[in-house]
Amino acid sequence: MNIQSRRRLASVTGIALVGTFAISGCASDNNSSAAPSASGAKSNPVNCAKGTLNGEGSSAQKNAIEQAITDFQTACPGATINYNPTGSGAGIKQFIAGQVDFAGSDSALKTKPAEGATNIEQADADKACGSPAWNIPMVTGPIAVAYNVKGVDKLILTPAVTAKIFDGTIKTWNDPAIAAINPGVTLPTTAIKVFFRSDESGTTENFTKYLSAAAPKDWTAKPGKKWTGKGEGKEKSAGVSSGVKGAEGGITYVEWSYAKDNQLGIAQIDNGAGPVALSGEAVGKAVSAAKQAGTGNDLALKLDYATKESGAYPILLVTYEIVCSKGKDPAKATLTKAFLQSFAAADMQTKLQEIGYAPLPADIQAKVLTSVNALS
Amino acid sequence: MPSITGASVVDHVRDPQGDGTPQGDRASTGRLGDRLFGGTAKGAGVLVIALVTLTAVFLLSQALPALSKDGANFLTSTEWDVSGSHPRFGIANLLWVTVASSVIAMIIAVPVGVCVALFVTEYSPPWLSAPAAGLIDLLAAVPSIIYGIWGAFVFGPHITGLQSLISKLFGWLPFFDNDTGGVSSSGTIFFIGIVLSIMVLPIVTALSREVFAQTPVTHKEGALALGATKWEMIRTSVLPFGKPGVISASMLGLGRALGETVAVLIILSSLASDTKWSWSVFNGGETFASKIANNAAEFDSPQKSGAFIAAGLVLFILTFVVNAIARVVIERRKAFVE
Repeated sequence: MNIQSRRRLASVTGIALVGTFAISGCASDNNSSAAPSASGAKSNPVNCAKGTLNGEGSSAQKNAIEQAITDFQTACPGATINYNPTGSGAGIKQFIAGQVDFAGSDSALKTKPAEGATNIEQADADKACGSPAWNIPMVTGPIAVAYNVKGVDKLILTPAVTAKIFDGTIKTWNDPAIAAINPGVTLPTTAIKVFFRSDESGTTENFTKYLSAAAPKDWTAKPGKKWTGKGEGKEKSAGVSSGVKGAEGGITYVEWSYAKDNQLGIAQIDNGAGPVALSGEAVGKAVSAAKQAGTGNDLALKLDYATKESGAYPILLVTYEIVCSKGKDPAKATLTKAFLQSFAAADMQTKLQEIGYAPLPADIQAKVLTSVNALS
Repeated sequence: MPSITGASVVDHVRDPQGDGTPQGDRASTGRLGDRLFGGTAKGAGVLVIALVTLTAVFLLSQALPALSKDGANFLTSTEWDVSGSHPRFGIANLLWVTVASSVIAMIIAVPVGVCVALFVTEYSPPWLSAPAAGLIDLLAAVPSIIYGIWGAFVFGPHITGLQSLISKLFGWLPFFDNDTGGVSSSGTIFFIGIVLSIMVLPIVTALSREVFAQTPVTHKEGALALGATKWEMIRTSVLPFGKPGVISASMLGLGRALGETVAVLIILSSLASDTKWSWSVFNGGETFASKIANNAAEFDSPQKSGAFIAAGLVLFILTFVVNAIARVVIERRKAFVE
């Protein structure tokens, strides 16, 4: 479905779809009117290149990359960039098959063979490129622990309590474990209704990675794209957020923008250094605390979910653009470089916050720009 | 008798009486238009058969490798773990949810649909019947995602009361046990059954209406002349005449209910993987179609897609069997009517 038809759909079905489509078509339109001229005129002018670029992959970064594409294409007539949000797995597959010029993925290329497979993603991608394939972190998406409990505006959760809520050990909101970390908050006797993503998703993977890293004793299941806890499954982010909205006592994990759009309560997370509310800055701190798993210009990050750094919000996912370090087709390589430069630019990153993403922290953003500039 | 378009069969075939008019199947003239049309019709028929066969072959060829690796019983297991080197998956849950939701839909849609059709053909004043029929046909044109969103956001919140009432009265039946612990509100098999019934209703109604309208006037007038009341007339002449039509309408509707994807996906809550088996219709789950649609974005290995295609194959067979049964029933009924 292209942007045009999605836009039409959003306007026709109007109110009923507010929850579902709120951040898809409309979000990028609202900003684009004022934005492109600003980004074109500011201190870092967009380097333009002509041609067509095809990308495919993660749907978590869909709105961010669509915004980036709109801005880039407005600034650079003659450039066409297509992004098909079919999922990280599909994107990597197409990239390795040489069908697309870059892939978007919720996780960096795997350097070990996946379970039940013999091939290594990173090696396959390198082979397809004829040069090392680089993982370049571009968009960070915070995951909110969103809840709907009447009369509770502020909720603090520790990793252990979060794990116990999501695996069904804690069943009611007035459980002593929750009360102990929320002094002064009147908690109702309502049953906790956990909602999870019924489809396999990177959000589930990153959330369970967080739980098993930060509360290894309470969350023993192996992290993965498929939900292993308790609760009731709904389709995609729109489904879980509207599920929580409709159920008193509901709780879920969902991308920040969906929690905001549905006006759900967002829990503060206390990893051990005091409760941290979800904000772009707090997420940036957690990204800065990540270790670089890749070497040189390959910026695959290893997030430290259990980070005790004060003021860092630890539940997030980082989505990458996976590109060939040396493009086979020089024209496409120039275009890739130009596009990623504008995507990684500070003003573009700041703008992403309006549509529910967190900007890359300055130190990582500088590294990303270095990597992008090294593309050839 | 030479003709402009060339030699006609009539020129060659002479029966003993010398009468040159061929009868029955031999009535074909062998002219170009005749042969063209016959060929096209035959081609279309072969095409349909080929399509179905090829679909079955495709499903089988994709499913078999995954099935051979399956560590659990494919038909009776409720597990669904398709990644890794030791996949374990079975369709018991999917089959139950698919069948249960469709059966609920049919239980509601068929009687209501038949009544609506009877109203339109027999009871309504003439000025009302045409617009009413049009409106019903319009219902069939509403895309299923609209039903899904309407069900989830508008209708759903009102159904909880009815559900708890039923489970209070009939909770001793395993089907209406409300104590499943899994699903909170409107994401139940029961509720999706109701929404499906609304989606199926126009199909059942429109076809039944067409058949009822074909009832010979002589039958109806005969019944009335013998002193039957209106209801007796309907029972003795309209309903028996329309039965095969109603059955095939129901089967078409059932086909839609079994295969419905988007509305189910939006409304029905799925269950956590280790939830205990329950016969209750106040539980959640996934149907074949919704499960496949929900996971299609993450088919990253042939084994994974194979497992889902195997589930699709079961849905294919299920629909096939349902339709075959319907054919048999209809053929039998026809004998009584004609």
